Amino acid sequence: MKVNVKYFGVIAESAGKNEEVLELKQGTSVKDLKNQQIKKYQIQDAESVQIAVNQDLNNEAELKEDDEVAFLPPFAGG
Amino acid sequence: MRYDRQIKLDEVGVSGQEKLRSASVLIVGVGGLGCPAAQYLASAGVGKIGLMDHDKVSITNLHRQVLYEENDIGKSKAIVAKGKLQRLNSEIELIAIEEALTIKNAEKLFGQYDLILDGTDNFETKYLINDACILTGKPWVYASIYKNEGQLSVFNYENGPTYRCLFPKTTRQNISCEATGVLGVVPGIFGMLQAMEALKIILGVGNVLSGKLKISNLLSGSEQILKLQQRPEEIDKIRKNGIIPVKIECQISDESRLYLDIREIFEQPRINSAKVIQIPLSDLDERIWEIPKEEEILVFCQSGKRSKKVVDLLKAEYGFQNLTNVEGGIETIISNS
Repeated sequence: MKVNVKYFGVIAESAGKNEEVLELKQGTSVKDLKNQQIKKYQIQDAESVQIAVNQDLNNEAELKEDDEVAFLPPFAGG
Repeated sequence: MRYDRQIKLDEVGVSGQEKLRSASVLIVGVGGLGCPAAQYLASAGVGKIGLMDHDKVSITNLHRQVLYEENDIGKSKAIVAKGKLQRLNSEIELIAIEEALTIKNAEKLFGQYDLILDGTDNFETKYLINDACILTGKPWVYASIYKNEGQLSVFNYENGPTYRCLFPKTTRQNISCEATGVLGVVPGIFGMLQAMEALKIILGVGNVLSGKLKISNLLSGSEQILKLQQRPEEIDKIRKNGIIPVKIECQISDESRLYLDIREIFEQPRINSAKVIQIPLSDLDERIWEIPKEEEILVFCQSGKRSKKVVDLLKAEYGFQNLTNVEGGIETIISNS
């Protein structure tokens, strides 16, 4: 299945892109994808990174075809 | 009539203007976000505005902190902002608070205002605002900037989610606008969005951005509104224990050396190490005797500028021969692991 992944803040810099389409195995969970991308792009302080699926930060479930997944780091500039 | 152009709106009217007049907003941090927010809230006739900032105006503030002018450099931001805004609107009450927000003053201060507007630039203060708002029952309007991107939300509004619900765990990577660079327009726009949320809350109109997080990238033009999750355990934790201080600490990469940190205590990140002597520049005169003269010491500040002056001064005036400036500031000596 294909999912659309978006990266924000410093994560977009680690990934070198703002978004990408990923081909994932059926049954991949939000957590699996998070771990996979954190390793791939060496994203720091992974614990602080929040994941939104289809614009919703309340998610634990398996991913579905065409889901939109956002990787969101805390930042504090002002 | 001064407010005619907004009173004409159905959402404001005479009664709305009266609500604005009797409302009070505390702006914590009068910088890139706080300046434009303060200007629009003052011009809209918000009756009482607290302007809290412990910092002084510096020349690198001027490209985004639009209340300040060249001849304000070195002056207190809170005092200068109060003066400017009072000339803009003499009918409102403006209160300058030249202090940093701390565990000691937060709750008492928040108790004196209807809502809090976050103009800060560090995680510690954002968590502190969050916790003090939970304890005093005040909503707060949050914004944060990373380069061209901003986040906006209203927390603790009518029992809605809080900042700890969004980010229960924080990051050590406290990257400020000073460090990354920013176009002044970016905090400018987000500061105005914060002012708009504050007006909506005061007037009781429109859809307050509670339970949602707006993220905009002003360079790419992309924008998302994410639904937030309420985490009751995060809120209960604060109700039960009071404010839980968040300390962003980091490690020195080379612990075999001795260091002198001349940054003020509010400057982040803090380093907790026996190898670091901490003497803020403002205390240096009285505490020079604490600096050893025998051992080699690396002196650092945020960027390497102030520490260079300190090294030069201590060499020339006090005969220190053992001091070396850390050119690139704190970022170059902390470990990234």
